[in-house]
Amino acid sequence: MTTPATDHQAAADTDRSGGLRLDDVTLTLGDGDTAVTALDHVGLTVAPGEFVAVVGPSGSGKSSLLAVAGGLQRPTSGTVHIAGTELTALSDKERTAARLRHIGFVFQQSNLLASLTVREQLLLPLHIDGRLDTTARARADELIEAVGLTHRAGSRPHQLSGGERQRAGLARALMTSPAVLLVDEPTSALDRVRSAEAVRLIAEQTHERGTATVMVTHDTAIMDAADRVYEMVDGRLS
Amino acid sequence: MFLALRDLRFARGRFALMGAVVALIAVLGVLLSGLASGLADAGISGLRALPVTHMAFDEKATSEQFSRSTVEQEDWQTWSKTPGVERAEPFGNTLANAQVTQGAMKGEQVNLAVFGMAPDSPLAPSPGKGEGLKEGSAGIVITREIADLGVEIGDVLTADKSEVRLKVVGLVDETVSYGHIGVVYADLDTWRHLHYGLPGDLPEAASRQATAVALTLKPGTDVAAAEKATGTLAETKEATFDASPGYEAESSTMALIKGFLYVISALVVGAFFTVWTVQRKPEIALLKALGARTGYILRDALAQVVAVLVGATALGTAVGLALGSAMIGKAPFSLSAPAIATSSGLLVVLGTVGAVVAVRRITAVDPLTALGATR
Repeated sequence: MTTPATDHQAAADTDRSGGLRLDDVTLTLGDGDTAVTALDHVGLTVAPGEFVAVVGPSGSGKSSLLAVAGGLQRPTSGTVHIAGTELTALSDKERTAARLRHIGFVFQQSNLLASLTVREQLLLPLHIDGRLDTTARARADELIEAVGLTHRAGSRPHQLSGGERQRAGLARALMTSPAVLLVDEPTSALDRVRSAEAVRLIAEQTHERGTATVMVTHDTAIMDAADRVYEMVDGRLS
Repeated sequence: MFLALRDLRFARGRFALMGAVVALIAVLGVLLSGLASGLADAGISGLRALPVTHMAFDEKATSEQFSRSTVEQEDWQTWSKTPGVERAEPFGNTLANAQVTQGAMKGEQVNLAVFGMAPDSPLAPSPGKGEGLKEGSAGIVITREIADLGVEIGDVLTADKSEVRLKVVGLVDETVSYGHIGVVYADLDTWRHLHYGLPGDLPEAASRQATAVALTLKPGTDVAAAEKATGTLAETKEATFDASPGYEAESSTMALIKGFLYVISALVVGAFFTVWTVQRKPEIALLKALGARTGYILRDALAQVVAVLVGATALGTAVGLALGSAMIGKAPFSLSAPAIATSSGLLVVLGTVGAVVAVRRITAVDPLTALGATR
């Protein structure tokens, strides 16, 4: 796999001290009369090792926050910095590379690929990056152990419970040692006990690995594990 | 192929079904190719074997020239004096019926495709068994198809109408056919007796005629002047195949069937991969969100397409070859490596084209959809 020199440059410029920083970010979806302000002048700073929870009802703009913070969507205005790199200034290709190397996603739905074992799910990001080597394999085993899935390493998603899938997704997100970890509704498919366990694991990994973690959820019962909690209403963060 | 191979294994039932369709089409492709080659051999292998580059026919004969054209002695003489013409000689072609009047198969009727030529010409056969043609002897050289009927060297055939007695003097042990009839070689006068159906002495006019002028031309020879002077039209040997009875219709029918087969195959493969890609959309969005470039996903998907097509086509071709070998001798069937390679290769190439159209959808998948419906 060939990598443009600019990617190496971006990687070299990265310093972990930056964490995640959103400055005055506004995102308007649609145009004209149907325009919706999904994010309204949002500012948010998350330091490395810090676990921030954002709660709010459906449609409050939580997912838009993740989309913009994770480089999936360009904001209408404002800037996003990740580990010292201005994400909003990168080209589409550079943003894709930045997602791969510096951002870990834990998605709510379709988090895992049906045909891959847990171990292969973890190796996938490094294969995409052309860096699949013995170090990567060792790291995968280490992470699988950290999320307590060692006995499930050879299982495919359909053989796993909801909680195990969530943990496998978390382990995969951590594979590339991302500066930023973005978690979308981690507990939507889990019962109370499992939800608490899952969030505790995210908090634990955040502190241990020094990621700047943002979790969005509508489940107010799981906020205790977070270092800071924000509420999101109509695209405004408070 | 990290993901492609695992998807193949994981969804093997679905891929096996599609692979089976491609494999069956490949089987059909091999059988059709074999049939096309077999029909071509039966139709024109006699012409193909002639050591010439062109044939000049009477310009008034515009189709089925071998039965309609007549050329005169002056014509081949004029042709042979034309610059760039290495050789020009009379060639006779006619279909005749005969009866075995002496030999083991006595009383048996045989159909003959008679090729007439001067015994000392390069057109004349060099038989593997027996002797070659001799002027004025009414000896003929038979080929495998006639020998397969039980006719042997030393047998005598009597032609219908002309009542000419044909003594079998030699055998070319190869399949040499013309219009699905086994070829026999005869000297020109014997050919003329058979062609005109005349017993006894030939009329003066007939003894200076042939069907066509067989030409060996140097590349780039300008034939216009000789064509004009003789009232003939020179065609390449390959073009004369179409002048053989039924050949053009047979080969265009086979080409049509094969063409449809390839189109159907491309559509089946395209349809399968369209459904497959649409079904994979959430996974593709996830891959993109994780940071996979569209190129990475496309390469992976195409590798999968090619793996499936090559595997299924190879399997189908092997089965087709096995079935085809069993058909040789029972039908006009022959296995020609280039024809089968072309058929199987086209199947893979056109299948890939169909699939490329389908997997291009990958480009349009928005990674944002990985974040779920609610935003």
